Amino acid sequence: MLAKRIIPCLDVKEGRVVKGIQFVDIRDAGDPVELAKMYDEAGADELVFLDISATHEGQKTMINVVREVASELLIPFTVGGGIRTIADMRETLRNGADKVAVNSAAVKRPALIREGADYFGSQCIVVAIDGNWDEEKREWFVYTAGGRHRTERTVTAWAEEAERLGAGEILLTSMDQDGEKTGFDLAMLKAVQDIVTIPVIASGGAGNKEHFHEVFTEVDADAALAASIFHYKETSIENVKDYLRNKGVEVR
Amino acid sequence: MIGIIDYGMGNLFSVSKALERLDVEYSIGDRPEQLEHADGLILPGVGAFPDAMKALGEHGFRQFILEKIDRGVPFYGICLGMQLLFESSEEGGFTEGLGVFEGTIKRFRGVTDAGMKYKVPHMGWNRLTLHHPGHFVLENVGEEYVYFVHSYVVETEDEDVLLATADYHREVPAIIGRGNVVASQFHPEKSGRAGIQLLDNFCSKVENRHVTRR
Repeated sequence: MLAKRIIPCLDVKEGRVVKGIQFVDIRDAGDPVELAKMYDEAGADELVFLDISATHEGQKTMINVVREVASELLIPFTVGGGIRTIADMRETLRNGADKVAVNSAAVKRPALIREGADYFGSQCIVVAIDGNWDEEKREWFVYTAGGRHRTERTVTAWAEEAERLGAGEILLTSMDQDGEKTGFDLAMLKAVQDIVTIPVIASGGAGNKEHFHEVFTEVDADAALAASIFHYKETSIENVKDYLRNKGVEVR
Repeated sequence: MIGIIDYGMGNLFSVSKALERLDVEYSIGDRPEQLEHADGLILPGVGAFPDAMKALGEHGFRQFILEKIDRGVPFYGICLGMQLLFESSEEGGFTEGLGVFEGTIKRFRGVTDAGMKYKVPHMGWNRLTLHHPGHFVLENVGEEYVYFVHSYVVETEDEDVLLATADYHREVPAIIGRGNVVASQFHPEKSGRAGIQLLDNFCSKVENRHVTRR
């Protein structure tokens, strides 16, 4: 049966990894290719690169990063951030990415998911959803533009629509939990898991190895993504996997 | 030299990079005459079965592949490139395949015999069960994890060609082989150590053949 996937996420700006990564044993901690290789060797099952470049030049640089990563890595990787058109998808995939993640652009124009799935296959199209709980309405709402803009869509309805349009996976980030290190948003994940049949990647809130165990056993997420706890070496992929293995969770 | 068959339906970038890592000479060709002298052939493939068969025909590769396989040229089919080697597929209606192996391609049912639903595609790292560990392509490959992404699966009565399988609510043919023809449902260049070992074993076979010929 499938192993649960552990996915480190790297934020890349103008071709450099940002969010000060604390590694002493690599030459250049800002080099996405170096970091990708290190995570590959550490047992990462997949990688996600999020391009947060503000400039056009930065986005072009990202394509070079994609090419280099694809030449060096023996695991699949996803590229997101700034993917707005079929042409963006094509360029990213042609240069070696295995999947593209779409977020705001798909909320604005949902047909982008359908077009991407038709051209490249559902397995290439990851729909990233940033969600936040609304206490008054008792619902999770979708946010775009890196969390700055609240939409009127609910997370569950959007996830369902994304699947119907041909998304291959949902990358579900809890904005409430993101950076809090208090654990994944199990309630939101469960709500989405109950609705879709495509794989769901849990994101936002990982603070320790127990949180991974929780998300894999309590809501049966297919994969879990984390950034800072790996970057800051609060735990390692090996540690998380050993822990999960001892607890009977299948990992690679 | 290994020839990569380019019929417009594969991620040639990652497979060619993997060959570069292995320090193997390769050439990409989109017409048979460009690959006429290749010592081994790789057929990659991503996309839908009917489109792929059509594209192979348009590029003149159908006959070429069958002739090369007939003559014993080492051959590796990747992902859809493996499925194309079977007799037919039900993807998008009935489509005839190359018929090198007996069997047909069917969609995962998404529900077990016991009525339990499961996710399609089969996507992620799954563990190999080896059935013929002595086969040349499995040298130094253990029951390791490899990365699958597919919604259609091989169904064959010919158990002899099942070199390795994986378990995803049913038996999933993962590595197929007979004679000098091998194929994998997963992408070896995206499947960590085990994947690159498979490719390396295939390339060694190609190079040995080259040596003995001289």
